[in-house]
Amino acid sequence: MASGHVTKRAKYKTTIKDPGTPGTLRMTLEKILFVPHNPKSAGKLDVEFRFIKGQKHTKEGSSKPPWLNLTNNQNGSFIFEFENYSDLQDCRDFVGKVLAKSGEVSEKPTVTYPDEQLSAAEMELRIKLLREDSELQKLHKQFVLSGVLTEAEFWATRKKLLDREANKKTKQRLGFKSAMISDIKPSTDGRTNKVTFNLTPEIILQIFAEKPAVHRAFLTYVPNKMSERDFWTKYFRAEYLHSTKNSVAAAAEAAEDEELAVFLKQDDILASESRSKIRRVDPTLDMDADEGDDYTHLPDHGIFRDGSKEVTESENELYRRTLSQDINRHAAVVLEGRAVDVELEDTRSVAEALARSKQESSTKGESYGDTSRERLDRVSRMTEIEDLQAPNNLPLAPLCIKDPRDYFDSQQVNALRTSGDELAGTEQIKCSLSSQEVYGSLRESISVIKAMGLKDPIVKPEVAHQVFDALTQSISTTKYNIGKNPQESVLDRLPKKIKEELLHHWTSILELLRHFWASYPITTSYLYTKVNAALVLTLLSYQKLEAGKQTEGCHVTYLSTARVVLSNYPQVPFISSLLFYLLGSSDAKASYVWMEIKGSVPSDLRHQVSLLIRPMHQALDAAIQHYEADMQKRSARSGERPNGYA
Amino acid sequence: MKFQIEDVTVYFPYDHIYPEQYSYMIELKRALDAKGHCLLEMPTGTGKTIALLSLITSYSLSKPQSPIKLIYCTRTVHEMEKTLAELKLLHNYQIKHLGPQARILAIGLSSRKNLCVNPTVLAAENRDSVDAGCRKLTASWVRAMAAENPNVPTCQFFENYEKAASAAVLPPGVYTLQDLRAFGKEKGWCPYFLARHMVQFANVVVYSYQYLLDPKVAGIISKEMQKESVVVFDEAHNIDNVCIEALSVSVRRQTLEGATRNLNRISQEIDSRKNLFHKLGPKPTYAVGLFHGRFKATDASRLRSEYNRLVEGLALRGNLPITDTWLSNPALPDDILKEAVPGNIRRAEHFLHVLRRLVQYLRGRLETDNVEKESPVGFVASISSHAGIDQKTLKFCYDRLHSLMLTLEITDTDEFLHIQTICDFATLIGTYARGFSIIIEPFDERMPHIPDPVLQLSCHDASLAIKPVFDRFQSVVITSGTLSPIDLYPRLLNFHPVVSRSFTMSLTRDCICPMVLTRGSDQLPVSTKFDMRSDPGVVRNYGKLLLEMVSVVPDGIVCFFVSYSYMDGIINTWNDSGILKEIMQHKLVFIETQDVVETTLALDNYRRACDCGRGAVFFSVARGKVAEGIDFDRHYGRLVIMFGVPFQYTLSKILLARLEYLRDTFQIKEGDFLTFDALRQAAQCVGRVIRSKADYGMMIFADKRYSRHDKRSKLPSWILSHLRDANLNLSTDMALHIAREFLRKMAQPYDKTGGSDRKTLLSQEDLEKMGDGSVHEMLY
Repeated sequence: MASGHVTKRAKYKTTIKDPGTPGTLRMTLEKILFVPHNPKSAGKLDVEFRFIKGQKHTKEGSSKPPWLNLTNNQNGSFIFEFENYSDLQDCRDFVGKVLAKSGEVSEKPTVTYPDEQLSAAEMELRIKLLREDSELQKLHKQFVLSGVLTEAEFWATRKKLLDREANKKTKQRLGFKSAMISDIKPSTDGRTNKVTFNLTPEIILQIFAEKPAVHRAFLTYVPNKMSERDFWTKYFRAEYLHSTKNSVAAAAEAAEDEELAVFLKQDDILASESRSKIRRVDPTLDMDADEGDDYTHLPDHGIFRDGSKEVTESENELYRRTLSQDINRHAAVVLEGRAVDVELEDTRSVAEALARSKQESSTKGESYGDTSRERLDRVSRMTEIEDLQAPNNLPLAPLCIKDPRDYFDSQQVNALRTSGDELAGTEQIKCSLSSQEVYGSLRESISVIKAMGLKDPIVKPEVAHQVFDALTQSISTTKYNIGKNPQESVLDRLPKKIKEELLHHWTSILELLRHFWASYPITTSYLYTKVNAALVLTLLSYQKLEAGKQTEGCHVTYLSTARVVLSNYPQVPFISSLLFYLLGSSDAKASYVWMEIKGSVPSDLRHQVSLLIRPMHQALDAAIQHYEADMQKRSARSGERPNGYA
Repeated sequence: MKFQIEDVTVYFPYDHIYPEQYSYMIELKRALDAKGHCLLEMPTGTGKTIALLSLITSYSLSKPQSPIKLIYCTRTVHEMEKTLAELKLLHNYQIKHLGPQARILAIGLSSRKNLCVNPTVLAAENRDSVDAGCRKLTASWVRAMAAENPNVPTCQFFENYEKAASAAVLPPGVYTLQDLRAFGKEKGWCPYFLARHMVQFANVVVYSYQYLLDPKVAGIISKEMQKESVVVFDEAHNIDNVCIEALSVSVRRQTLEGATRNLNRISQEIDSRKNLFHKLGPKPTYAVGLFHGRFKATDASRLRSEYNRLVEGLALRGNLPITDTWLSNPALPDDILKEAVPGNIRRAEHFLHVLRRLVQYLRGRLETDNVEKESPVGFVASISSHAGIDQKTLKFCYDRLHSLMLTLEITDTDEFLHIQTICDFATLIGTYARGFSIIIEPFDERMPHIPDPVLQLSCHDASLAIKPVFDRFQSVVITSGTLSPIDLYPRLLNFHPVVSRSFTMSLTRDCICPMVLTRGSDQLPVSTKFDMRSDPGVVRNYGKLLLEMVSVVPDGIVCFFVSYSYMDGIINTWNDSGILKEIMQHKLVFIETQDVVETTLALDNYRRACDCGRGAVFFSVARGKVAEGIDFDRHYGRLVIMFGVPFQYTLSKILLARLEYLRDTFQIKEGDFLTFDALRQAAQCVGRVIRSKADYGMMIFADKRYSRHDKRSKLPSWILSHLRDANLNLSTDMALHIAREFLRKMAQPYDKTGGSDRKTLLSQEDLEKMGDGSVHEMLY
């Protein structure tokens, strides 16, 4: 690498799908040269490095082959597939070095965040997230696009969102439609007898879920024995035969065509499934057990034809399927919900996904094992007479707060109602406790636990409830306007625009503060730069704004600070551009907005607003203090080691 | 709570008690004191079962010198499980307050199918094959063979149970079927035979009606119950039908074909042994090890010893091993002759000839083009003249067959059900001269194009089957939510109750809301009357009614139709017209079908849909299995719609014959009986929605005929008392309005104990405060 050039065997691909042209890749400090093994092929390449803007590569251990993707400034790209990852490694490092040199992006390209190289899927996910959440998008626009934070930094604090699995769980899953699949009506062209069915993956999944035999038939027949089109044609032919309710005709057709018979016959998988399900059924409605106990109705015993029993034709029973069966089956499937959670693309993938989920659930069902306990519980629940006894404890459901803002607002009423008058009292009690007393009560309760062991419940419900209420109130009190209806907080009474601005500033500051604190302790020069340049300045400007010290002097002071910082890092162009951006445009704009907010707030709310602002202010102050202290320490040390990490 | 009823301290497992329950107990205690039978009607949802159980167990505890046994009969297995669960609750409470002296043994008893724990036997499809599978492993001759040849499979659970011998007992406690199975598995004992054995020692036995009413089953299970027992028939509104069915047999072509196959096989078995029989000579022999081997030799001697036994007049060997018993004689125990088997059927081959002639004769009778109705006397006479079989021979058919099967050591009894049916039939017509009739129909009236001849022996007199129960036991309690008119049952069942009472329900609030809907949304009358039921307007109006209701009523809705065919038709029409699709947008739809397994699963899913808040509609059939025994209480049923009046199929020949018999014997008018029967079914259907006074539900009777006084007045009084005049003649929109109002009212909080003037919930202090007399003042 030190030699200034790298030569590796590689395949050159114009697109990802392109199989690639085998050849030799040679990279020097100036240009990239690719010579195919076959001199006649067209894949020859000669590009100068200054046109190369960036690089991406696949990660080791991922399913993809070792690819290096170089993008040029016209948004084109060159993809090279290497023989192994170490080749890729070498080339990547080399390119990084050259790029760093040519673009002077940073002194050490290796300290850039490691996931600069994004796969398309990851990129897509991020874009999707941004699209879904406008607040996030705003933040992203403000900080990333303006260059305050890098893309990687921005997302590093949102790993949870990026975690696909976690993402899936929180999303509400869609169930099946309640409409029956028999409601799929064909469209006709009106002239011929031909009918056309439109099948979406959604419908296909439902058909497969409701008719396991069709599902199995699809997996075995398609595409080896027949095409998918033929398969569905047969299926609808069978459905048509069912709808005519002519079991004789159905039997006749089935006798001729064995594949058609599969659709016409009773579903044997369903039958075996129901046999296993019947064992787990609620014993208070197990009518199958009755049948097993009924000796009066031995075959031909009891009254056979008294009108209460119905007569059915016993012939062709095999090919008879009633609407009732279909409806029951459909309702059962809808109730069971959808186990398959993949993007539905084509029939094959739908069928396979369903097969997989079935297998999972069946293994789960087996391991589930003995359900007798649950069955007994159900019986006893069915037999108790509820109003003759004290109310039972209701079964607990874990609390899941989707929107904390909503939740605390609604809890506020409870807290206020129950503890409204008591609260004053409890606070007094709290105040009067000395540390001695607290210690004493703690010891006392410990000794109680020692003597009696942990009780169930450990905390008395009333006490827990009181504490909970008090906490809830203190949490949401900043937003709550006392005595008013819970939905209406101070924020809601502000003009909509101001409210949004305020909330947006809040989130922006939080975002910055998060990055600020995440950078401590400063261990690398990168972090140092980050804290120094981007964050502090932004923080400063915000702090200044919020404190409302809009004096020209202050402004100048901060501007000069900024210039000092800037002068320390002349070699970092993006920082400089950032600084100018901040000081020049953003700053002025932000301050303008802020003034506007202050001015337009109704006078009776000003106090509340400043209450709201205070915590932001305090948080910023703390950050600044920390920063200054750290700077002092650092400068003291930098006396010994000039220029620190830089 | 614990309180005193005269000299008995009653332990009741709840903190409160309904006044109805209290007075129910008082009446019940009177009947027990008088050692007589009683008839008690109490609305559903007032805790009949627990009141019964706690009074009778407390009564028995308070009289330790002469403890009474409780035989509790339910109609279904799931009711059995529920009863046992309630008993468990009560038992725990009694033990807590009384200590170990309150310990009792209570068991539920069911068939092998529900109790067996042997996986190989249990793998069989239906009840009869499980029974046969068990017999193949446990019959005495199989076990004897296995003792010599270890390759003969036996049932480990049964062997262990036998080995444990007298040590194999259940410790005191309450055992549901599930508990029995668990206990059996843990100990390695067969739960079925253990339960059968413990029945005679148990303080409480819970089993199905037929174990007492059907002589075939009662003969083997309930033989040894002591007289000092209290028999309870719960949900007994259909008891007359159960009695009738227990004594009815029908013969079809398939039966005769099967019977012929069975006879061929029996004669093969006999032939293979008869050869040997002749070779060995007339004297008993100890010859062993001829070319047929020892086994065959004993076969031959067994046939001979059977003959000797029959000469001595024993139809059956005295004490059969418990595993060898088969279903016993279909005739009632008092009517079975204890005398020698007639000479002409003592020899196995002669008996076979008789049976062949009988089958031949029946086959001839089935080949008819007209409906024929005959009395048993005439039928027996004609058998005698055409087939040469006299009445006494017929009478012994069943026992003779049973004996032969045992002698031949046939274990796969499930294959021999057809010949068994024929013998049942023969024995019944040989035994009973009145109360029965024989009806031969060449086809079903509703499907005249399909020939399906059937010969039915149908019993018309419900009092026949239940008579031994009334005679044998000191107290029989018949109770249900619908026994109106209460004076009819003693006539139908021919007994004299010492107590006969109908209780009303004291409600804290109007938590039931019955309505009669006579017109649809277009103001045209709705009905399932024969000439109207297929009218598309009526079907559409019914659909609209349901559609409006599903959008208003939360959670579960249950619909009852008058028959399966009507339900199928209406569902298909609704499906075609798109009404069903609209209904599905509000709630999931589940349907009762004739397949029990499917219906059970549909019910299970229905409950889950209600539990999870999705809401569901259940379509069911009056007189079906669901209407008979499934509760739709609480959120499982906020509304019941009864589409039409569930009359029986009035053209049925059997029904006509029965009506004629009732008119001649009990002077009950046909119309009265039919209305009574239809309305008790309707009341039974709608009564399933209420479980307690905290529960609430609406009931819609959707047929214009319900507004007529003669129909309506047959409803039980607890429904009638809540049926306001304003709700007697509603159209769909009015009903919808009332439903909305009602649901809103029910959603309000209320005082559970009722107002100060009329208490609907009593605590222990309340009971103590009032003396004996004041309860009555308060209640009535």
